[in-house]
Amino acid sequence: MLEVKGLCKSFGALRASDGIDFHVAEGETHALIGPNGAGKTTFISQLAGNLRPDAGRIRFAGEDITALSAPKRSRKGLARSFQITSVYPGFTALENVALAVQARSGHSFRFWRDARSDPALTGPARQVLEEVGLKERMNVLAGNLAHGEQRQLEVAMALATRPRLLLLDEPMAGMGIDESQHMIGLLASLKRRQTIVLVEHDMDAVFRLADRISVLVYGRVIASDSPEKIKMNQEVRRAYLGEDA
Amino acid sequence: MRTRLILWGIAALLLMALPPLVIALGQPYYVDLVRRILILAIAAISLNLILGYGGLLSFGHAAYLGIGAYAVGILGFYGISNGWIHLLVAIGASALVAAAIGAVSIRTSGIYFIMITLAFTQMLYYLGISLDVYGGDDGMRLRSKSQFAGLVDLRDPVAFYYVALGVMLLFVFLTYRIVNSRFGMLLRAAKSNEARSRAIGFSPYPYRLAAFIIAGAMCGVAGALYANHTNYITPGLMAWHQSGEMMFMVILGGIASTAGPVLGTFALLLIEELLKGWTEHWQVILGPLLVLSVVFFRRGLAGIFFKPDA
Amino acid sequence: MSWALAFEQLLNGLQYGVMLFLMAAGLTLVFGIMNLVNLAHGSLYMVGAYLAAAATQWTGNYLLGVALGLAGTLVVGMAVEVTALRTLYERDHLDQVLATFGLILFFNELIAIVWGRAPLYSSLPPWLQGHIKLFAGSTYPVYRAAVIVVGLLVAALLWYVVTRTRLGMLIRAGASNRTMVGALGVNIKLLYTVVFGCGAALAGLAGLMAGPIYAVQPGMGELILIQVFVVIVIGGIGSIRGALVGAIIVGVVDTLGRAFLKPLLGTMIPPTAAEAAGPALASMLIYLLMAVVLAVRPAGLFANR
Repeated sequence: MLEVKGLCKSFGALRASDGIDFHVAEGETHALIGPNGAGKTTFISQLAGNLRPDAGRIRFAGEDITALSAPKRSRKGLARSFQITSVYPGFTALENVALAVQARSGHSFRFWRDARSDPALTGPARQVLEEVGLKERMNVLAGNLAHGEQRQLEVAMALATRPRLLLLDEPMAGMGIDESQHMIGLLASLKRRQTIVLVEHDMDAVFRLADRISVLVYGRVIASDSPEKIKMNQEVRRAYLGEDA
Repeated sequence: MRTRLILWGIAALLLMALPPLVIALGQPYYVDLVRRILILAIAAISLNLILGYGGLLSFGHAAYLGIGAYAVGILGFYGISNGWIHLLVAIGASALVAAAIGAVSIRTSGIYFIMITLAFTQMLYYLGISLDVYGGDDGMRLRSKSQFAGLVDLRDPVAFYYVALGVMLLFVFLTYRIVNSRFGMLLRAAKSNEARSRAIGFSPYPYRLAAFIIAGAMCGVAGALYANHTNYITPGLMAWHQSGEMMFMVILGGIASTAGPVLGTFALLLIEELLKGWTEHWQVILGPLLVLSVVFFRRGLAGIFFKPDA
Repeated sequence: MSWALAFEQLLNGLQYGVMLFLMAAGLTLVFGIMNLVNLAHGSLYMVGAYLAAAATQWTGNYLLGVALGLAGTLVVGMAVEVTALRTLYERDHLDQVLATFGLILFFNELIAIVWGRAPLYSSLPPWLQGHIKLFAGSTYPVYRAAVIVVGLLVAALLWYVVTRTRLGMLIRAGASNRTMVGALGVNIKLLYTVVFGCGAALAGLAGLMAGPIYAVQPGMGELILIQVFVVIVIGGIGSIRGALVGAIIVGVVDTLGRAFLKPLLGTMIPPTAAEAAGPALASMLIYLLMAVVLAVRPAGLFANR
């Protein structure tokens, strides 16, 4: 479903992406791991359309999307969640998700009808919120939600756009044990219906959820295999644990 | 929600009662004063749409005040005094210019946008000055007020007052519907978090441009009314001073609220009126007052009563 | 229309451009390093003009007047920074625009209270009066030539400071990473005050140089400020090189447009139409230029942010 060939991105002398090849099959949950500074977020940004690669191609569902803008990619079904929570703090959780539903419902040049009470928007929004487990908190301002709830909201907004591929950038960032378990449960239930690219540091989550794991070090993919094989891969151990692994 | 409606109802009633009240007290001047405030409040309401709700820091909104006024003035100059034509041209011309300026400016943001909108409005100001046939720097007298045959006579100060009040309340209502519609929600979302908006699949540009045009057209109406009010049209209407004042009217009242621009306009203009009565150098007092209001008064007057609408 | 006339207008354009550059450099420095939109920059220009003119009259000596004017503007600038602007660094651009707008009203009226609204007379010493000879028998006012020379010297000085000195390095570092520079132990508050002072001095210099050429009156700062905005938009914010290029372009285009557009139009359309359209179009020229640049390069020609 997602095919990346030879992706390169440099910031001055720093090669953040150094010829990355990356494949995700439909229905697969593919995790991307790597030490800090490996270039994971740069990679995700290029996939989502926030950063222009210097070289390389990205194909999504058979279509070359390398030149497409972020909004266009989203409309084609490539949804992302942000590593640093990026929701609409002044709007309620329901309104946040309703906006995501609205963005996918054609143009919005409608000036009269009150959007806050439009069942075409609030209905699907409620459903998604129930799915991620935020139904009780739907009328709370997003800025007032607990950190873990905001991360759930991020996932909810990505889901509300009816995506074909989910790009999740560290969905468990900053979460405590309970919250993480809840999120892992949520992602496990999504596995069956979604193709997911998961960037994560939480190894528990990665090994429980991933069908395949790619390891990114200094902008290059040094290994891409099943979780068991990755666990035993010498290069990976060296990258994470140092030379004496 | 209920409280807001009640407060608006009270405000509307008070404003409706004002003319007979002040005339009975022998102070008809206040009809003129408040009418001027109402007309400028309309302009502030239009600016609040793009500034308060849209986050577009337009420092050139006075351009549309001028365009609306000159539409009335120039048409009158050529003998056309039909009020409906005046309104149509005021709205059309403002919308057109807003579309042109917006198309170029809205792709920029932040400080660029501020500077660019200011520069374009200044360009119109210079244009106005150089067109000697319409009075140039000195401006022009209004040949005749806009005629709305049979409906209302704008030469009657009280009738004109009620027209201004009616238009203002209408625009408050229109703004309320717009900002809570799908269009308004997207506009406000784009202001709240642009990156998130792009991530869920919409590009803010077309919506911002549309809002910019709507706001320009609304301000054009205010300009047409203003020309009728002052009977005199000068390029000074479009000077950057005016744009800055309009921004203050919006900010003082509290951005992103329907009552904000009205409150802010009343507050600013009444304070000016007060200061003008004390000294001809009133700006040396107003200046620091404005600075202090920005430094200390973050949520504006409406923020005292209500939470802002995101 | 002769070549001598064209060349004279070109020099005038260069002279105006140089003054625009001084203003633009100060404004872009302050914005680039402190992220502060300062509309009151034009007020500092005005203060420079007034203080220099007043000091020259008071002391009877031009150079002394210039020195006092510059020093005075520096002091005023730093005083404004310490009292009013410090609170604005953390605020968003809208708040900064509004607060500095209030400052403009204050300064304009203050000047009017002290010196009145009528234009002030700025005198020139004998050694700056008269004309110098150029090629082909044409002449150029000494003073305007001096303005060009001084402006270019300051541009060179600025380039040297920003690229070759420690202060310049701090300035460029501060522009890209404020907290880091602070963490390195540099006194950020002092740096900001110094930078703002420099910006004020540049504005004051432009103002006192403008005195003898243009009208010295309340509100003079805002007239040039808006053209400075056009310069910055064209050149790209945060870039001093962009400010120089943009300033020269705007200065030359504006001056040549005002001088030659009407006669040029007069050859193509009836003279009465050219009479009206000429000045109108000339005054709009630089804004149209800005629109064109924006359409092609929304971030300006030399944007680095």
